[in-house]
Formats: sequence, C-alpha cells, structure tokens
Amino acid sequence: MTNRLELADITWRRVSPKFVWVELVSGLVGTMVLVAATVVFASLQLWWPASATAVVSIIMIVNLTLIPRRVRAIGYQLREDDLLFKRGIMWQRFVAVPYGRMQLVDINRGPIARALGLSELKFVTAAAAAGVTLPGLPEADADALRDELVALAESRRAGL
Amino acid sequence: MSETAAVTATVAILTDGEWHRLHPASPLLKGGIALIAILGVVVANLRERLVAIFFPSFEEGDNPVDYVVNHGYILQALLITAALLVVLIVGFYFSWRMHTFRITEEVVEVRSGILFRTNRKARLDRIQGINIVRPFFARLFGAAKLEINQAGHDANLQLSYLASSAADDLRREILRLASGSRTEASPGAAAPEATGFIDRRVGEFLAPELDPSFVEPDSVVRIHLGRLFGSMVLSGATVFLVIVLVAITVWVSTTGDIYALFFALPSLFGFGSFYVRRFTKALRYTIAGTPDGVRVGYGLLSTSNETIPPGRIHSVQVSQSLLWRPAGWWEVRVNVASHSSAKGAAGQANTTILPVGNFDETMRVLALVLPGFVVPDFRAVGQGDGFVNSPRRAAWLRPFSWRRNGFATGADWLLLRRGAIWRQLVVVPQPRLQSVAIEQGPLLRALRLARIELHTVTVPIHADLGAIEKDAAIAFFGEVADAAVQSARRDTSHRWRSGELPA
Repeated sequence: MTNRLELADITWRRVSPKFVWVELVSGLVGTMVLVAATVVFASLQLWWPASATAVVSIIMIVNLTLIPRRVRAIGYQLREDDLLFKRGIMWQRFVAVPYGRMQLVDINRGPIARALGLSELKFVTAAAAAGVTLPGLPEADADALRDELVALAESRRAGL
Repeated sequence: MSETAAVTATVAILTDGEWHRLHPASPLLKGGIALIAILGVVVANLRERLVAIFFPSFEEGDNPVDYVVNHGYILQALLITAALLVVLIVGFYFSWRMHTFRITEEVVEVRSGILFRTNRKARLDRIQGINIVRPFFARLFGAAKLEINQAGHDANLQLSYLASSAADDLRREILRLASGSRTEASPGAAAPEATGFIDRRVGEFLAPELDPSFVEPDSVVRIHLGRLFGSMVLSGATVFLVIVLVAITVWVSTTGDIYALFFALPSLFGFGSFYVRRFTKALRYTIAGTPDGVRVGYGLLSTSNETIPPGRIHSVQVSQSLLWRPAGWWEVRVNVASHSSAKGAAGQANTTILPVGNFDETMRVLALVLPGFVVPDFRAVGQGDGFVNSPRRAAWLRPFSWRRNGFATGADWLLLRRGAIWRQLVVVPQPRLQSVAIEQGPLLRALRLARIELHTVTVPIHADLGAIEKDAAIAFFGEVADAAVQSARRDTSHRWRSGELPA
C-alpha cells in the first residue's frame, strides 16, 4: 500500500524526452552563476558568503539531476469529456479540466524549446487557479492537439 | 394616465430594439459638475495671473470688473464668456446625442463618444448581474445609473444615466428578456402618485430603498442597527486598534515620550473614518429574493442595488470568526464572474452578500443564493454528519479542526467545511465548477493525506481543503471530475426561465 497519489486505469501520454534538455539548459545558467560566485568568494577567503552560495549550488545541482525524472512524471490524457493532467514527484498534482470549460488554448515557444522543435500548450479556463500547462510537445503534435481541443471545447460548449 | 402605466410604457419603448438616448442631465452628472467646479477653482486662484497675461496695463489692486467697464471691454468680456458657455453646452449636447443605447431580444448595445467612438454589446444570456446605482447628486436629478455586469475585467456596460423611476422596471424587463421566459411582462409595482417635479423628487428620495411590493416579504433580510455596530466592534480591525492603543500607552508611560501620540493620531482618524464609512454604507442593507435572482441593496445617501440572476454565483462561503461566535453571527460571501465598479455594502467588495447575520438569517440568505440547496447545519462539529472528515492522523496538521475538516457531495453541490477557530463552509454549485485538482506534498504523503482544490472564478473564496484521507480524496477527485461534466451539460441557468410554460 503506497502513500502516493495514483489514479487507476489511466494510460498516460508523456511529453517528449527532449524536453529534459530545455529544463537542463535553463537550470544550468543559474547554477553556473552560483558556482562561479562560490569560487570567487572562496578565492577571496570570504567564507560566510561562500558557504551560503555553496549550499544553494549543491541544492540546485541535485535539482538538475532530478530533471529527467520530473519530465517523465509529466503526463496527460484526453478522456471522453475532460483533459487529465499530472506532474510532480515530490509535489504531485493532478488536474481535470472539462473540455467545455476551456476558454482558450495558448501555444508558447521559448528559444531553447524552439531550437529543439518543442512547444508548450497552455489551457486557460475562467478560473485563474487551474494553471494547466503542458510543456515539451513536438510542434506538430502541439498544433494537432490544440486543434483537437478547440474542436472538443466547441462541441461541449458550456457557459461560465 | 397613472404613473405606473407611464413607467411601463417608458420601459416598453426603451426595450423595443431601437436606439434611445440617456437622461438629458447625464453629461452634467458624469463629470460636467466636476469640470465646472474645477474651472471655477482654477479661475479664482489664477485670476491675477491671467489678467496680467492678457491685459498688461492692468494695475494690481484694481477691481477687474471696474477695469473692464472703464476701458470699454464689456463686449469682449461678454463674448468670451458666452463662447465658453456655448462650447461647453455644445460639447455636452453632442456627447449626450452621440451616447445611445438599445435593448433587443439578444443584446444590450451602447454607442458613445464624439471623436473616439465606442460601441459595446453585451449578450443578454451572459449577463452576470445588473446593478442600479444612485449617487447622491444623481438622486437630486431623479437619475440612476444602470450597470450591466459581464464576466471579465472592465467588461461592464453602463447606462448612465437613466430616469430613476424607469431604471427598476428596465432592469426587470432586461432580466425577463435574458431569462428566456415566454411570459409577457407584468406591469410594474404601483408607484406613489405624485404631481409636479419637486413632489416627485421628494417622493423618490424618501421612498424606501427596496420597494416592498417587488418581493415576497419573508425573503428579505435586514440588519439590525445594534448588530451592525456589534459586528464592527468585534472585528479584526478592532483587535488591531486595541493592540495599537495598548502599545502607545505602554510606550508613552514607560518612556514619557509624548511624540508617539502625534504619529498615532492620523491612524486613529483613519480607523474612525473606516468605521463610519462601513456603518453608513451598511445602514439600509437589504437582501431579498426576486423571480430573477437575488437582490442586494444598501446605502443611505447614495444607494445601490444589484440583482444577480440564478446560476451566476460560482461559490458561496459562510464564515465565522472566533469573536463572532458568542453572538452566533455569520458572514456570507460569494464568488461572481463580474467585477462591479461600485463598492458593496459596508465598504467591502460586492462579494460580501451578507455582512453579518444570525443563524436563521444566514440560512435564509443561503436559500436565496443557492435555490434548492438543503443547507446542512454548518455549526456541527463532529463525525457522522454526512461529511467525509479528516482522519485522526491529520491532527498533526489540523490540530484543532481535524474533526470538522471535510467535504460532502450533494445532488448539485460540493461542500467543503474547514476551520475550528475560524469556521468556514464553502459551497460550490457543480455546474459552475471550472476544474478540479488533487495535490500531495511530502508532508501530506508521509501522513497518507492529500489536498483537493475546486477551481471556480477566483476571489475572494478559494475552495480548497487540505489534509484529507488520500483514498477518499482520489475517489472525490474522480467523482467530481465526472459530475462537473454531467451537471454542466444539464445546466440551463444562462436562460434561467426558459423551462417555464407561458402563463
């Protein structure tokens, strides 16, 4: 018996493994700045700031090593009437958004994701808290998924 | 012709689908008075300077009127004044002429502006509420502002200003069109007979804020003056005030430093005006049920009342702070999709639908805002009351409230109950649910617990519930995700009376 959240009878669709690189590159920049700061502080023998930045850099490096698992944990499924979305290992989160509630679907591409041919889909409902973004989809998939979702939302249109 | 018939006729004309103009005093009320006042202040303050610029030969200390007369400038002075007046009047006249609206079977539409034209349409079945605001000045002119609330930021449509007597009937007629009802309009309530301009103004001014013939009398809640006072004394602001006073007293008596008082005085004035404002705004508060939704009214000098049609309330929260518990008072707030520009009763946001009420009144208000809802006793504390409450191990996270921290599902409702010190009950109508989420962090996982969130249009209520049994939460998540789709499909509240048979 596990304490984790698990939904029965769901086969999750996963995002592209290439999305790991997007996360890695954006994470690396910050980590490298901190590591550099640690080196500078240590060479100046400023031990208090050096130990502080060292601790933060270690946390960030551990965080970087977890990225592949975190990306694997992102999943979604198109059920008959709603979109199911999950993410997180330590902090798990599942969201179910009925198609009829979608107000609009955004496609965003950052520079790194674009270089790898990936897109991010963002679903907006009337509630601000839902916050469902589906990163790391191959461009063609993302466009197809958007069109599919818009069509589904149209056929199941509900008021507010 | 009687007043009633005249009003009904006016409304029939306004809703015939053609373009109509607003109350002739609209430009004045909307800013004309302020403009003239500002001009007056500017001229009074800069008189010497202006005169010096235009008439260099003018001597300091002379009377400008004498100067004009002595130098034979009377004609010029009169011409300039007349030109200014004409420009103002023409500007006002055109802004009034160009500001038109129409009400059809499907939309309310407003066109305005002289240089920059604006055209705004509001679909009737997407109306979130209609607010009638009567600012003090407008009431003197017998005018009222009709604000049609739509979902979204700055999406409201304003008809400012209309004849005050017609505004209530116009709202009822718009709501009837919006409701999809196939019954014919019933004539409005009988207004008191009055002849002559002054008599009518006085009659309107002294009339009760809520016309008793509009609604069933037993669906009305009024706040007793003593309770309003008590609720404000027993509020968080008062606790803060007491702490500030004690701190100042201790400071002054220990250090002998009187200067602290000078810093304290402005904040005390702030508190005073805060209390007075809340008090006067909530003085004539009423809430009542009408066939077209809940009507909330308030205000002494400037009055405002809003009708929220059925199915426009996205969640309801009943709450009680520890200070209010001995008195048995509750506050009811709602989430709605629109943001009315007018402030609500007691200076709070419009979302506070009952600033303070005892248990019976709270139940009555809940019955109004959630028609058909069987309210459970939200005072209950323990197990076996229809709620799935947190297990005992949740006491690590909810040491006081774990016994009443739970959820329940009704036919069309989702209920979350939480808090032992600050008691809350959140009700979410299933057809209004936008999405549902379930979450678990490391701490919750160690205790085999989870957190659920029900997403509705936000602020001020957040419908979430932490520290509940993991398996129960997963079951709830599945059930709610399914129910949200089903109930949204059944929901017809955007045309809330379309099911009615024609009378």
